[in-house]
Amino acid sequence: MDLKVKQYDSHEYDVIVVGAGHAGCEAALAAARMGQKTLLLTINLDMVAFMPCNPSVGGPAKGIVVREVDALGGQMGKNIDATYIQMRMLNTSKGPAVRALRAQADKNDYHLTMKDAIENEPMLTLRQGLVNELIVEDGVCQGVITATGARYLAKSVVLTAGTSSRGKIIIGELTYSSGPNNSLPSIKLSENLETLGFKLRRFKTGTPPRVDGNTIDYDKTQEQPGDQTPNHFSYETPDTAYLKDQLSCWMTYTNETTHQIIRDNLDRAPMFSGIIEGVGPRYCPSIEDKVVRFADKPRHQLFLEPEGRKTEEYYVGDFSTSMPEEIQLKMLHSVEGLEHAELMRPGYAIEYDIIEPWQLTHSLETKVVKNLFTAGQMNGTSGYEEAAGQGIIAGINAALRADDQPAFTLGRNEAYIGVMIDDLVTKGTNEPYRLLTSRAEYRLILRHDNADLRLTEKGHQLGLISEDRYQKFLVKKQAVEAETKRLTEIRIKPTPKVQDFMVAHHSAPLKDGILASDLIKRPGISYDEIAELVGDESLEADRYVKEQVEIQLKYAGYIDKEKNKVAHLKRLEAKKIPDRIDYSAINGLATEARQKLTKIQPETIAQASRISGVNPADIAILSVYIEQGRIAKIS
Amino acid sequence: MLSVTEYDTIAAISTPPGEGAISIVRLSGEDAIKIANQVFRGKNLTKVASHTIHYGHIIDPTTKQELDEVMASVMRTPKTFTREDIVEINCHGGIVPTNKILQLLLANGARLAEPGEFTKRAFLNGRIDLTQAESVMDLIRAKTDRSMQVALNQLDGNLQHLIHHLRQDISDVLVQVEVNIDYPEYDEDEVTAKLLMEKAIEVKARIQQLLATAQQGKILRDGLATAIIGRPNVGKSSLLNYLLQEDKAIVTDVAGTTRDVLEEYVNVQGVPLKLIDTAGIHETDDKVEKIGVERSKKALSGADLIILVLDASEPLTAEDRELLEMTREQKRIIILNKSDLPQKISPEQLARLGVTEDPIVASVKDNQGIAAVEQEIKTLFFGGIENRQQDVLVSNNRQIGLLEQAEVALDSVISGLNANMPIDLVQIDMTTCWEKLGEITGENAPDELITQLFSQFCLGK
Repeated sequence: MDLKVKQYDSHEYDVIVVGAGHAGCEAALAAARMGQKTLLLTINLDMVAFMPCNPSVGGPAKGIVVREVDALGGQMGKNIDATYIQMRMLNTSKGPAVRALRAQADKNDYHLTMKDAIENEPMLTLRQGLVNELIVEDGVCQGVITATGARYLAKSVVLTAGTSSRGKIIIGELTYSSGPNNSLPSIKLSENLETLGFKLRRFKTGTPPRVDGNTIDYDKTQEQPGDQTPNHFSYETPDTAYLKDQLSCWMTYTNETTHQIIRDNLDRAPMFSGIIEGVGPRYCPSIEDKVVRFADKPRHQLFLEPEGRKTEEYYVGDFSTSMPEEIQLKMLHSVEGLEHAELMRPGYAIEYDIIEPWQLTHSLETKVVKNLFTAGQMNGTSGYEEAAGQGIIAGINAALRADDQPAFTLGRNEAYIGVMIDDLVTKGTNEPYRLLTSRAEYRLILRHDNADLRLTEKGHQLGLISEDRYQKFLVKKQAVEAETKRLTEIRIKPTPKVQDFMVAHHSAPLKDGILASDLIKRPGISYDEIAELVGDESLEADRYVKEQVEIQLKYAGYIDKEKNKVAHLKRLEAKKIPDRIDYSAINGLATEARQKLTKIQPETIAQASRISGVNPADIAILSVYIEQGRIAKIS
Repeated sequence: MLSVTEYDTIAAISTPPGEGAISIVRLSGEDAIKIANQVFRGKNLTKVASHTIHYGHIIDPTTKQELDEVMASVMRTPKTFTREDIVEINCHGGIVPTNKILQLLLANGARLAEPGEFTKRAFLNGRIDLTQAESVMDLIRAKTDRSMQVALNQLDGNLQHLIHHLRQDISDVLVQVEVNIDYPEYDEDEVTAKLLMEKAIEVKARIQQLLATAQQGKILRDGLATAIIGRPNVGKSSLLNYLLQEDKAIVTDVAGTTRDVLEEYVNVQGVPLKLIDTAGIHETDDKVEKIGVERSKKALSGADLIILVLDASEPLTAEDRELLEMTREQKRIIILNKSDLPQKISPEQLARLGVTEDPIVASVKDNQGIAAVEQEIKTLFFGGIENRQQDVLVSNNRQIGLLEQAEVALDSVISGLNANMPIDLVQIDMTTCWEKLGEITGENAPDELITQLFSQFCLGK
C-alpha cells in the first residue's frame, strides 16, 4: 500500500528547469549565466546530457544549430569539441550554405563533461528529482513538486521531459513503462499537464541494437575515417586542440536475406501488428519500415559507430528496430561483417507524450500556463541539436521572464533555431520534427560559417558572451568588413602577370581592369589567389576572415536575392496581430482559416500567412480588419 | 514557401477595356519605378522628380522592340493614391497594345493586381477612412477568393495537366538535390550540373512553347478580333447589321462597359467574333465621309480576321487596291458585294492582282451569299484551330506573367550553371521557377517538397 508522501517547502529559485537532457542543460546554463538562481532537476544524475540514440552531434542543418547555440553562448559546441572521437566536414563539394560539421561523440565523456560544466556553474544547482506536478495559481506557473515531496518555488519553469513522459518501450511482443534506456518514466507530470488543459499526443521513435566491437568483422566493411583538416563546433576552440588520434566508423549493408527475415516476421513487428500507436518519423524509419516501404531496394546502408573510447559498444546506425530480440539477432547476423556480432543491447521503439507545439509562442512559453516554458523532444522534435536549440531559447526566456524583461525570439531569417521554432508553433507537427536544410527559405544566409556573425551580438546583449570573446568577435567582424571593402575598391589591371593567371585558371583573359571583388566571382578563383594578385597588405592570416570574405563576395548575387526576400518578410513580420483578437467576429474569413487562426493565434501577419489552410484572401481580410480597429481607436 | 503577396509591386490596366483614345497602365509598390524604367526609353524614371510626367517609348528589353509611344507619370510615396510609389503609363488605346505593355511589366517583376487591390493598399497604408474601408472589405471578400477561383477554374484542363507534370519533373530534381545535401553519406545518385542544365533547358523550351500559344489562347477566350473594312457605302453597315441580328448578338459583359466601347460580340456558327470599330462603320456609312481607308488602317492593327467588302458594281478604285494590298498578309475574307447589280469586278480580275483567296460573291442587302460568308468564317476559324487545339492553353495575363517569371528564373539557373555555381545555390532559382508554376495552378502547398523527399527516398538518421 502506498502511503501519501508528505510535502515540504524546499528552496526558492528564479528559474527551475525540469530534465537534464540536451534541452534542459542548455536552458539551465543559459538561465544561470544570465544571473538567475537556477535549479536543474533530473530523474537520474547519471543521465545528464545522455545520448540515448546515435553517438553523434551535427550534420546538415543540425551542425549549424550547434554553431548557433555556441554563438549565443551555449554549451553544446564546447562540449562536443571536448569529447569527440571523430570529426568530419560534410558536403565539402557543395556550396557554402550546406556545408556541415559532424562529430562522433564519446557518449560517456560527453555526459561527464557536461555534468562537470553544470556542477561548476556558480548560479546553478543540479539535483536528482522526479517532478510530478506543477504549482499553478491563476494560470501562472509558480514552481514544481517532486515525487519525494519537495516543493520548489520559482518565477519561471522550463519543462524538458524528453521521451520520459509516459514513456513505453516496445520490443516485439514485450512492452513496458520506461523512459529512454530503461530509465524511470515520468507518469504523473503528463497527467498533471492534461489536467491543466494541455493537449498532448503520442509520438514514437526508436533506436537500433548495439553490438560488441570485438566481434565485428571489419574486413567486410568500409572504413570511414575522420578529417585531417581541423574544424570545430565552437568558435572558441582553437585549431591546436584538433584531435589527431580519431576513431573510424564503418559502413556495411543489409541484403536480401536480411529483408527476407524481416518480411517473414512482420506479424511480430510492433509497427505492423498494431502495438505501436504513436506516429514515427518519416526521416528515421525503422529497418522493417524501410523494407516494407522501399521493397524494390536490394540493400540499405548501415553505419557502425563506436560509442566511445572506453567501451566496445558499437551503434548499428540505420538499423533501428522494435522486432523481438530473437529476430533482431537473426537480422544482425545476416549482415556482412556482423555474422558473429554479439548483441549488447537490443533495439527498441519508445512511445511518449508530447505537447502539441502550437500551444507555444515563439519564446517557447506555453499559451496555457504563463511563466511555463517547454523545450526539446517534449515539443515534438527529434535530435539532440534540435533539443539544445530550443533549450537555450527557453532558458533565455525563462530568465528574461524572471526579470520581467521582454521575450527573446529568433526569426526564420536569423537562425535555423528560428526556422524550427516558427515551424513548430505555426504548423505544429505530425511526426517527430527534424531540421533539414530544405526547411529554411534563406539557407544561403543561415550558413554554418556565419553563425557567429548572425548571433554573437545577441548573445552578448543577453549576457551570455564574455566581454573577451565579444572583443575578439568584433575584431574578426571588422577585419571581414575592411577586407571586403578593400577588394571592392581595388581594380586589377590586365597586366601580363594577371593574364597568365587567367589562362592558368581556364578563365577568359581580361579586356579591361576589373574589380577584385568581381574577379573573385569567377569559377575556381579563391580569395588567397586574389589576395596574392592585389598584394596582401591589410590582412592577418585568420582563415575564418578569409573564408568570410570569399563567401560573401563570391556568392553576393545569390545572397542579395535572399536578402531581398528577407526584407519582404520583415515588413510582414512588423505587422503585429493584437493579442485578443476574436476571429469569429471577422466576417468573410473562410471557415478553415478561422479555425486555424483561432487555434494557433499567430503573432504577426507573416506568421498567419504561413499557416496551411489560411489563404491570401484571408490574410487580406485579416489585415484590413486589424487596420480598421487601429483607425477606430484613433478616431 | 507560401507566396505572400502583400507589398510587392502590382500592375493593372486602370482604364475600362476597349478602344478608347488612351489607356492607362498603373503600377504601385516599392519597385514600381524600377520596373517601369526597365521597359521605358526616355528619361531615367528612377532619377526624375516626383509627380512629373515624361514622354518616351515602351521597349521590350529582351527583343529591343518598340511597343508604343507613351507618357509616364511618376509619383513617389507618400503622396499618392496607395501611398506607395506609383507609375502610370498613358499609352495609345486598344486592348492589344495595352495588354502587351501590361504583360511586359508582369514579366519584369510586377504582379497582376487583384480586384480592388489598389484601393486595398490605399486603405492599408492609411489613405482611406473607416467607412471606405467597409467597402474595401466587401470588395475583397466578394472578389478575391472568387476571382482566384474563377482564374483557377478557367484553367484549361490540359494546361493544368501540363504544368503539373512540369512541376513534377522539376521537383524530382529538387528533391534529389535536397537528399544529396541533407543525407550526404547515402549512396543516392548525385545531381550533377549537367543533369540540372538539361532539365533547365528542357523546361524552358516547354514554357516557351506554352507562351507561344498565349496569343492563340486569347482568341479563344476573347473572340476572334474581326474588322469589317472597305470604302464608304460598299455595304459594311448592312453586313454588320445582319451579323448583329438580335438573336445572334451576345450582350457585351465587359466590366465598366460604356457607350464608348467600340466592340460588339457576335456568334457566327459557333465562332466568337469580336467586331472592332463597329461605331466607325456606322459613323462613316451614315455620313459618307472620305475617311474609309484611314479608319480601316487603324482597325486593321488589332484584328485577327479582316472582312474586306468591295462594291462589285463599281470598278476597283485606288482605295480598294490599297486595302487589298494592306491586308495581303492577314487572314481575310473578300466579299464582292452588290451581286444584284451589273458586275464591274470579277474574281478573275482579283486573282490577276495577286489575290489568292476566292472572293465570295454576295448581295448582303438581299441576304444572298451571306451563308457562304458565315461558312467561310467557320472554316477559317476551326480549320486553323483544329490542328493546334492541343497547344492553345494559356490565355490570361496572370498565367502569362507567371510563365514569364518562371522563364526568367530558368535563365538564372542556366547562367548560374555556366558560372560554375554550386548546385545548391542554383537550386534557389530552380525552386523559384517551381513556385511560379505552382502559382498558376494553385498547387503550392507548404512542405510539399519535404513530403516528396520522404516518400521517395529511404533515409535514416
